Amino acid sequence: MIGEWLIGILILLGAIVCVISVFGLIRLPDVYLRSHAATKSATMGVLLILFGGFLYFWAFENHISIKLLLGIVFVFITSPVAGHLNGRAAYRSGVSLWKGSVQDDLKTERKRMEQKDSGKSG
Amino acid sequence: MIFETVLIIALGILMLSILANLYRVVKGPSSADRVQALDSVGINLIASIAVFSVLLHTHAFFDLILLIGILSFIGTIAFARFIERGVVIERKR
Repeated sequence: MIGEWLIGILILLGAIVCVISVFGLIRLPDVYLRSHAATKSATMGVLLILFGGFLYFWAFENHISIKLLLGIVFVFITSPVAGHLNGRAAYRSGVSLWKGSVQDDLKTERKRMEQKDSGKSG
Repeated sequence: MIFETVLIIALGILMLSILANLYRVVKGPSSADRVQALDSVGINLIASIAVFSVLLHTHAFFDLILLIGILSFIGTIAFARFIERGVVIERKR
């Protein structure tokens, strides 16, 4: 049964990628680094698991599930968007970066805009 | 037989990852950490529902995958807007 092996490997690989993302979520030092770890690899793991389930129901139950395909597309679209909104909310509410990070383009840009505004009004 | 064992091992791994996410929910220093970890709990829950429906040979739970995905997304967006601006739905002036 080659199909069963393939599906088992896909599902186990997805679970392992999920647990790697959770290790990143625990051990990384910053909100943004943690968001980076959690968003990308958890999305990858759940896509692998859903694709394994889709192949299982296609091969063994003769049931092509549109709902699983729709779930794959939906998770793939919405999970990075949620991570982006969460990181932007953290930055604008003043959560500081990790002290080892070397570049903060948004901060210099914001300072430049504020200087331009004060020069225009003054 | 091996296939069911692999599925049960995958469910155990997903359960461990949900528990570790709950550790981040409890400990996280800022509230954006907690929102991110709860979103990740929702993602892991989708994955474990898929594994569970393969284990039970049924396709009765596929609605729940879409439903938990949509609810987790909407909840994360609402909390992000609340952290960022203080309100979720703005009033028109």
